[in-house]
Amino acid sequence: MTGTFLGMPPFPEAARRALEDGTLRANLDHATSTIRAKRDAVVAEVEDWEELRLAGAAIKDDVLLRLDEHLLTLETSLRAAGAVVHWARDADEACRVVAEVAKAHGAHEVVKVKSMATQEIGLNEALAAEGIDAWETDLAELIVQLGDDLPSHILVPAIHRNRSEVRDLFRSAMGESGVPAPDDLTDDPARLAEAARLHLREKFLRAKVAVSGANFAVADTGTLVVVESEGNGRMCLTLPEVLVSVVGVEKVVPSWQDLEVFFQLLPRSSTGERMNPYTSTWTGIHTGDGPQEVHVVLLDNGRTRALADEVGRQALRCIRCSACLNVCPVYERTGGHAYGSVYPGPIGAILNPLLVGPGADRQVDSLPYASTLCGACYEACPVRIDIPSVLVDLRAQVVDAHRGGLPGPEAVAMKAASRVLASGRLLALAERLTTPVLRIARYVGASAWTRGRELPAAPAETFRTWWRRKEGTS
Amino acid sequence: MRVALSVTCMNDALFPETGRNTAKLLRRLGVDVEFPAGQACCAQPMVNTGYLAEAVPVLRNFVRTFEEYDAVVTPSGSCAGSVRHQHAIVARRSGDAALAHRSAELAPRVYELSEFLVDVLGVTDVGATFPGTVTYHPTCHALRMLGTADRPVQLLREVRGLRLVELLEATECCGFGGTFAMKNAATSVAIGEDKVRNVLATGAQVLVAGDRSCLTHIGGLLSRARAGVRVMHLADVLARTEADLEAAS
Repeated sequence: MTGTFLGMPPFPEAARRALEDGTLRANLDHATSTIRAKRDAVVAEVEDWEELRLAGAAIKDDVLLRLDEHLLTLETSLRAAGAVVHWARDADEACRVVAEVAKAHGAHEVVKVKSMATQEIGLNEALAAEGIDAWETDLAELIVQLGDDLPSHILVPAIHRNRSEVRDLFRSAMGESGVPAPDDLTDDPARLAEAARLHLREKFLRAKVAVSGANFAVADTGTLVVVESEGNGRMCLTLPEVLVSVVGVEKVVPSWQDLEVFFQLLPRSSTGERMNPYTSTWTGIHTGDGPQEVHVVLLDNGRTRALADEVGRQALRCIRCSACLNVCPVYERTGGHAYGSVYPGPIGAILNPLLVGPGADRQVDSLPYASTLCGACYEACPVRIDIPSVLVDLRAQVVDAHRGGLPGPEAVAMKAASRVLASGRLLALAERLTTPVLRIARYVGASAWTRGRELPAAPAETFRTWWRRKEGTS
Repeated sequence: MRVALSVTCMNDALFPETGRNTAKLLRRLGVDVEFPAGQACCAQPMVNTGYLAEAVPVLRNFVRTFEEYDAVVTPSGSCAGSVRHQHAIVARRSGDAALAHRSAELAPRVYELSEFLVDVLGVTDVGATFPGTVTYHPTCHALRMLGTADRPVQLLREVRGLRLVELLEATECCGFGGTFAMKNAATSVAIGEDKVRNVLATGAQVLVAGDRSCLTHIGGLLSRARAGVRVMHLADVLARTEADLEAAS
């Protein structure tokens, strides 16, 4: 059983708590700077990297522009290849399909390929409610699951944990859900991997039903694609008799040819590798080979809402590489839990509000503000999502969603500032008051600013006054 | 060429010496810079906090004040970035097509100081003298929104007496982020503390940047840490001459 993000506090509060955890900050700093350096090195090897980014963005934009057509083509191809296609408007519908498939086969457990879509819909919790255990098989997801923890990163969900924490967790928790860890387990990576291998192998061989997501869905052939580093996904995709794949509707690409671009962009951006170690593709059913019953759940869950957002729709280009997390100064200090979602970091700060809509939830409304707008995410994004611009637009949507009622102190201040800052004459008047205000602020020292920083000294004379005195004009 | 100084609301109220030094520097280089008194703000504080409706009158004033000039120089990468990338958004949202057109005409003529010096005036040696060890922080909006690249460094390298030392992880954000510094104060300070650590590791006496907003944050952390390192705006360094030094001694 894993925890849930439901009811998390808004970002500033969650971030403040995370910042107090010294081990967490050290783990994050180490991990993000390592991945960042690896990524920089392999990206620098590709001469046409900027052209590749443009191509990736263009392919995704074309898909989004004609999403309906591509999805219908995908559905037809999937059916022709022997897959059963389900359409799910929301998390509940998607979870119900997976539970029904498992129940139809009398399965009390499923093995899972690492998948963001299934985490987004809370599939493990929904299956648990139906008496079905869902076992994560990705090593990092396993660590999160054994610790009754929450993922903290898109690609490296256990990024916030170090090796000795993992060893302790394996020792204490593995036995409860299957093959226990050896008593003499050390924090040597090879020993840890071996313990996980033995624990997982039993589950791969036992499970009748597997659940996956997909990195890409090729419309013209009905092929689903999963890229991974460990090969555990491939075990799930080949050993069990039944396979259910939950696929976000934006994952569709028109043809195999389009994959060429993403197979270069994705591994270099995400793991800092030239090529991902395992690429699995499957097209419906092949008699006597692999799962003999294949279901595909095409998931909306807010994606068409995001698609309708003129500025924000570019977020649907996201290929979940997590490069934006690794370069983000905010993510690096707070980690992923503070974002209160399976999608943390800069992409989470825009994707969650786009899927849910502004004004519905305080926690989600706090996310567009969880950024300094430094732009490092945009620079790193392999499909050129202009995250800073989307953040600003979403901030405007959050502000607009809260207009109409009694204005808060910020809204009052912004209205007043708007009047003063729209006139040189009024600003000059206000500046005569600024100096005493600053002096008082320094004296009181109670603002959010002065908790960690000094305020600048108030000048004797503003620039405007000086200019008038010296130049005698204006 | 009629050139206006857009001093920025922050420099006007809190750092008038940066405005004075920008004017002094430009005049030394033969630019007859004017200060239109109608100017107030570029609207960035409203835009970045999500108050786009409130940004419209501020933008209108900006356009009205500066549109008659051939070039507008501002000692702030952040404000220049806002003009070039955000004014179009605000203008479009306002539904005022004439304002959108006027703002689009003006935006390319608004230059951050180092861009104006290197690209428009074509100088990198501005005749400055500044004895001391200096390190440079390329602020995010200058670096990424405007793409000022190494122009400020080119300018600093030509300053007599100045020893420029490299700042580790220079391109990383300082954590200021406008209202982020207040809304997410703890995170802002945590990011800034790492910047301060890198600044101290250089052994420099002065940290230079082209944005007073970021410098206020980093400088506030430096003085809280009693680090003994000063922060200065690029204009404040470039404005210094041999004559200033003699006058001071």
